This record gives sequence, C-alpha cells and structure tokens, in this order.
Amino acid sequence: MAQTLAEQILSHAAGRAVAPGELITVRPDVIMAHDSLSPTIIKIMRERLGQQHVADPDQCVLVMDHVAPASNVATANSQNIIRAFSREEEVRLFEVGRGICHQVLVEEQLARPGRIVIGSDSHSTSYGAVGAFGTGMGSTDIALAMGTGKVWFRVPESIKVNVDGRFRPGVDAKDLALKLARVMGIGGATYASVEYHGLEWLPLPGRQTMSSMAIELGAKAGIFPPDGEVAERFIVPEWLFIDPDATYAQTITINLDELEPQIAVPHSVDDVVDLGEVVGQDVDVVFLGTCTNGRYEDLRIVADLLQGKQLAPGMRMLVTPASRQELQKAIADDTLNTLLEAGGTLTTPGCGPCMGRHQGTLGEGDVCLSTGNRNFKGRMGHPTSQIYLASPAVAAATALTGKITDPREIKG
Amino acid sequence: MAKVWKFGTDVDTDQIVPGRYAPYMLKENQDVKDYAFIEARPDFAQNAQPGDVIVAGKNFGCGSSREYAPEALRRRQIGGIIAPSFARIFFRNAINLGIPVFESSEIVELVADGDEVTLDLENGRLLTTNETYQLPPLPDFAADIIKVGGITKYVKENGRFPGE
Repeated sequence: MAQTLAEQILSHAAGRAVAPGELITVRPDVIMAHDSLSPTIIKIMRERLGQQHVADPDQCVLVMDHVAPASNVATANSQNIIRAFSREEEVRLFEVGRGICHQVLVEEQLARPGRIVIGSDSHSTSYGAVGAFGTGMGSTDIALAMGTGKVWFRVPESIKVNVDGRFRPGVDAKDLALKLARVMGIGGATYASVEYHGLEWLPLPGRQTMSSMAIELGAKAGIFPPDGEVAERFIVPEWLFIDPDATYAQTITINLDELEPQIAVPHSVDDVVDLGEVVGQDVDVVFLGTCTNGRYEDLRIVADLLQGKQLAPGMRMLVTPASRQELQKAIADDTLNTLLEAGGTLTTPGCGPCMGRHQGTLGEGDVCLSTGNRNFKGRMGHPTSQIYLASPAVAAATALTGKITDPREIKG
Repeated sequence: MAKVWKFGTDVDTDQIVPGRYAPYMLKENQDVKDYAFIEARPDFAQNAQPGDVIVAGKNFGCGSSREYAPEALRRRQIGGIIAPSFARIFFRNAINLGIPVFESSEIVELVADGDEVTLDLENGRLLTTNETYQLPPLPDFAADIIKVGGITKYVKENGRFPGE
C-alpha cells in the first residue's frame, strides 16, 4: 500500500497500515518537556493522573532552554523542581546552556528518521528535518504520555510541497519557509503533515529551518525525506521512503528561480512580502538565534557580511546560538569573534529573547529584526513593539545600516 | 445569561496569555487566570464572568502550544468557544481540558460583542435574544472527553485513550 512519510511512521508504530482520519494509540519514541512547562506537567502526571512515576524513563527527556539561566526566583525554583524530578525518575536532563530542545534532540540523535517525537513545544515539528514525525502537544498530553507511555493521534492527511530549482545568491531556506507561509497562510496546513520534496541537496540546517516553521502553517508535522545529508549522518529504516504512488491531499509547487528574499511584517508570520517593500524601515535591535536560525551556518552567514565592519550607531545585535555545540563551532574559527568585533553580544544558548521573557525583551515601540519564527503582537515584549522575521543575511545587512537592508546591496 | 466576547481571526495564544505570564514566570500568589487577554483585551481580564462565551473568527488559538492559554480560560470558567475553525493544538488542548468548543462558520456572523446569550450544552444550541442556533456536534470521542471533564478523567475512568 502506497503511503506518505507520516503514514509510514505512524503505521510502523501502530503495527499495522493506518490511513488518514483514523484514531490510533501508539508508544512515542521520545517524549520531550522543557523547563517552561515541566513543573505543570509533573503536577498533572502525579496529582491529576495519579501516576507518581514515568512509565519508561528512556522515553522521556527534559531540556532547560526557555528561560536559561533562570531569570527570577520563580523560574529558579521551578528549575529545581525539574532537577529533583529528573533525579527521582532517572530521566535524562539537558541543563542550562546545552541549548534549545529542538537542536539538542537532533544533535543527540534522539530525533532520528522514522521516530515519533512529541514535545511540549509547538516547534517540535523541527524533528521532521531528520525524517521523524515530530509534533507539539500541550502539558496534559505530555503528562499523560509520560505517565502511561502512550499517546493518541488522529492520522493526518499529507500535503506535498514540491520545490524546483536552487537558491539564488542572497536567498536561503528561511526565505523559502517564509514564502510557504505567504502562499499557504497560517492555517493552510492545519491538521496535515507537510512533506518537502525536491530538496535532497539541502543540508540539515536548512531543513531544520523549514521544519521548525511547519507549525506556522498550522501543520501537525513537517517532514523531510531521509535523504542527502540526513542519510549520511543517520540510520534510515528501510521502510521509510518516498513512495511515488502515495496520495496527498494537496500539492504546492515553489520555484526557487523566482524566489526573492522574503520578510514577515508585524504582526503575523504569514504577512510576508518581498524584502524590497520594506527596505529602509528603522530597526532598533537585531536578534540572531532560535531553533529556526541559531546554528553555526546562520552565524557564519552573518559573520561573512560583518567581517571588518561595525554595527550601525545605536544598533544592538543579540546572538543566541541554538546550542553549546553550535557556539563551540563558532568559537573554533573566527565566526563568533567577528560578530563580537562588529559589536554583537552573546547570550546563553537557548530560546533567548524569542518569547519576551528575558535576554533582550523589547520595550515600548522597539522594532526588532529577528531570525526567529514568530512575530505575534507583544511576543517579544511590549505590545507596541514590532517584530520583522527574516533570514540571517537580512539580519546582518540590517545590523550594519540600522535599517532593513537587502544583503545583496552590501559590498565586501 | 452569558455575555459574548467577540474576537477577530487568527487569535494566537500569545494574545490569549503572553509568555511572560506563564505559570512558570508567576509568583506563588499569582494565577494565570488573571492574565487571559491581559494585553490584547484588558477588559476581558477584568470583567469576563463564569459562563461567558467567546466567539471568534477562523483559526482561533494559533501559534504556541501553551496549554496555559486555554487553561486560563477554563479557570475563568468560560462557557464555551465558538469559531469557524481552530488551530489544531489549541483545539486538542481545549478538549483535553474539558472546555466546550464548537466549529461553526455561521455564529461569528450572527452575534456581536456584548450580546447576551445562553449556551445550551445539553442540546448543543446557542440561544440569542431572538434566535436559537444549532451548533455542529463534535466527533463522539471529543464530546465524550468534554462530557467527562477532560482527557485525564477520561483515561482514569476508561483505562485507555480514545481509539485505543
């Protein structure tokens, strides 16, 4: 029977062929919770469900990334509750400074081709970059999964995204992700698993950028075929492959030959325009980071553009690497130093200022150019602050001039 | 009688409860229920009464999976939420918490902010001063979860998940 990637992965877990619309209960391979929600999850599992212990410690993983390190007494106390839980239950914990959950699970190969990974964070679609079925769930679902070892799913329909061509100079995976949001809208893939075709040549970081933003289309999952760099670095189960006879609810085609740098304007991720429409907009702060664009490759793009140059007067640039490993790569060559020399500032690997809680919260009227994935009103701070979403190259060019700038205009 | 709180399209969970008011960030004596729509619509945070009904445009609850967004509404004892469509994680979270949710494309066109209504959950109807509207029923398993008061109670009572 011809199946999509999502159908193959869920069928494998269910032990039988399943089809879109069916309700199934399966054992997820990985159940991830981060610091922001773990205290609530622990409470739900122990007090509401009445399970004192996790069903299987090997399924569970805890990551300190949302407010890392703790910003106030409340978060510090909550983090200690999580640490105690991890010791009591012998559940693996990735401490403050290790990095963003979605980056860490890929680095540790906890997310890998064919696995089901559920996380207490909507950007858990990120795991689709390595051919896993990754999806975000609320605290109750995660608590029940930890306590019972199981989770229920409605098998989603799949939407095929066909990509033709290659990125033009100055254009990258972030522009493609924004273009998809533009074309499909923030509810365009609701309940569906998006499958990305035509990108065998795209290295892993670009896949992570795109899969992280599958949720911005409303998707349940955003899965790449386990090919190219993923097939080189991960073991791929023989039952996981693209079947040309599989049925998709919808097919969208994007031609990269026509793709210009894109930018999401305040206050919606799908309010995307060609960069040219907003160049010249004053910006107060540039944020380089998040599960979408916080990797070495993203930092390197910025370093290449900032080499030997200084940030515009009054501009600040926050650099929040997605993980310790990515930070170490940037230290090992002159990437990080270049960013610091230019005037950038480094924050702890983690989610950083993305959610407006710490490490670069926006004030009244602040305008931020972010390489993140969400620009909802007030997300990063004051409700009158504004967030534009763009690629690392656009972030670098903007940091140099103090205004939204096309990176292709920056001379070497 | 309950009051209608009308919202627009694509209301995201950062509007419903901004991240800086997550339970994780709050002091012991603070409760997330006091921060529902605190910045997007402060009069809701101040004045919403138990039983009040939220009516919104498409894709309600999009964005972050934060369950404390629907949980804040549950603690405010919101009577129900009616929209033409919901973002999937929010929809699932709301059902998991036992919040009555209804997918109706017509209701949002027919009621206004501040209207007095009665939400008849027993019969799946919304009564305004002039009319009675039948609300589309949820799939059985979702209706069962809400009826029993949420997924945790469902699992405890049935010893299994829906579809298991």
